[in-house]
Amino acid sequence: MAKGAKEDRFKGHDYYNVDGLLSEDHLLARDAVRDWVKKEVSPIIEDYSNRAECPHHLFKGLAEIGAFGPSLPEQYGGGGMDEIAYGIIMQELERGDSGIRSMASVQGSLVMYPIYKFGSEEQRLKYLPKLGSGEFIGCFGLTEPDHGSNPSGMVTNIKDDGDHVILNGAKMWITNSPVADVAVVWAKDESGIIRGVIVEKGMPGFSAPEIHGKWSLRASITGELVFEDVRVPKSNILPGVQGLKGPLSCLSKARYGIAWGAIGAAMDCYDSALRYSLEREQFGKPLAGFQLTQKKLAEMITEITKAQLLAWRLGTMANEGKATPGQISMAKRNNVHMALEIAREARQIHGGMGITNEYPIMRHMMNLETVLTYEGTHDIHLLITGMDVTGINAFK
Amino acid sequence: MKLLVCISKTPDTTAKIAFTNGDTEFNEEGVQFIMNPYDEWYALVRALELKEAAGGSVTIINVGTSANDAVIRKGLAIGADDAVRIDADPKSSYFVAKQIAAYAADKEFDVVLTGKETIDFNGSEVGGMIAEALDMPFISYATHLEMDGNVAKITRDIEGGAEVAEVSTPFTLSASKGLAEQRIPNMKGIMMSKRKPLNVVAPVEISDPSKVVGYTLPDAKESVKLVDPENMTELVRLLHEEAKVI
Repeated sequence: MAKGAKEDRFKGHDYYNVDGLLSEDHLLARDAVRDWVKKEVSPIIEDYSNRAECPHHLFKGLAEIGAFGPSLPEQYGGGGMDEIAYGIIMQELERGDSGIRSMASVQGSLVMYPIYKFGSEEQRLKYLPKLGSGEFIGCFGLTEPDHGSNPSGMVTNIKDDGDHVILNGAKMWITNSPVADVAVVWAKDESGIIRGVIVEKGMPGFSAPEIHGKWSLRASITGELVFEDVRVPKSNILPGVQGLKGPLSCLSKARYGIAWGAIGAAMDCYDSALRYSLEREQFGKPLAGFQLTQKKLAEMITEITKAQLLAWRLGTMANEGKATPGQISMAKRNNVHMALEIAREARQIHGGMGITNEYPIMRHMMNLETVLTYEGTHDIHLLITGMDVTGINAFK
Repeated sequence: MKLLVCISKTPDTTAKIAFTNGDTEFNEEGVQFIMNPYDEWYALVRALELKEAAGGSVTIINVGTSANDAVIRKGLAIGADDAVRIDADPKSSYFVAKQIAAYAADKEFDVVLTGKETIDFNGSEVGGMIAEALDMPFISYATHLEMDGNVAKITRDIEGGAEVAEVSTPFTLSASKGLAEQRIPNMKGIMMSKRKPLNVVAPVEISDPSKVVGYTLPDAKESVKLVDPENMTELVRLLHEEAKVI
């Protein structure tokens, strides 16, 4: 019988020599995070995922390896790396588990990035080094119970109260919220303009109950954010942005990372399927010797290769500051869907073993159902591309 | 404390081994290279720990062409202060050891560390040869090392047990599993490594008394033979005639 995934025998796949397009920094970062995942994530992830528990201790490890805000400047707790390095780090984390990648995506792209980009110097210095070092955990509050794909309809609001604002409302599906020290929350002011507010754990009226019963991202903690007359100092409002472009620019960052991350999950499924099909014999020959298995494997590596090239090109444009939200949508949508399809095909190659946690396939597959939906659903990203090419808004 | 760590580039453990040029050279095509794990995980990390405890510097040294620079940068990313590459094709253990010794001769290193062997040639020769060339004591297969001033207490693997040795600086040691724990470079280290010096040094003239005349691969592993439990005679015959263990 083929050996299970308990021993992580993952090997990267690079059919088109995409490595040749990467710098020494990128390759060093890739190998370092891959080693870290093999050492810290692979041995425990099936167990945590099975028990629907978040491996909190990994926050510290993610900070130490430099996975939080790697492309932010060093003086603010970032790594001073480029966007491709950030993407590769996300790829390798998601190769381990989408939930672990989510921990890092949220901290870096949705919490550190808006504070860096839109925050005052005081806010940057107060929060960013602690977020970068993992001393603080952050979360991002945009989605509401009744406003998911339509964030502009949000009802969470702030009202003026001298040197404070009074925050009311609720946010839903918030990664890391029950354990977060700070939340970057998007709320409408009295003129209906969306503002970013930094809410700290312990502020009276602020709670973050956990959401239970997820069949996906089980090793990542998800919750709500509830605000009942929370008095927040005005100095906690992000001064640098007004309107929906604030949260959307954060989402562009995170979606960019997901476009890379999904390749990691896909590669892990393909790698496991390839190995299993070479080791497992039926009718006197390896599964890999049958045409239908080869069709699956050949299509998988083709799709992975296309996704790698899409992500790489998106990365080079992001490095020049030229990646548009539409281009990011296309890559996120394509690559996540690609990964989910590969997980399903890989599950079939593993036969019955594919449904067990001896192999990472079902865990990736279930995780990817979330990834397909969060940070802009599969359908919404399609409509973004549709609007981009036709000039007609089909959202409403 | 001034520490010199010798690092080597080796094929990844999963690399397919093949030869070229009439079986006289290793075929590097398509092979992924890594830093020799005994150098990286044990020798380099223990050197960094010694520096962190007592101050000083850690220099890594490699004999090789610019193709080795990626491996050297990893060593800098893990934490070495500077690096030296002796710009020559590492033809043999003797050649490598002589080059390193020539470089180290006037640098007054307190400890020279190597891995116990490289995972490709498994020669375990370079450390001993460096020590000989520099007229230093050599402690091989070290699994534990404690420094007290300039005196080191070193536990080393020996057949069927362990030996504890005491030695004063300067000395050379080769590192075995257990001497330290692998350190994975972080993003900060990777970025800092670009700002650390990598000095490329011309090789010295050496007449190498040995050369490789050919390589062969080991025989392919035979598949498992299943013997019917009723047929003990056949089992005994196979153990006697084929496996030659009884």
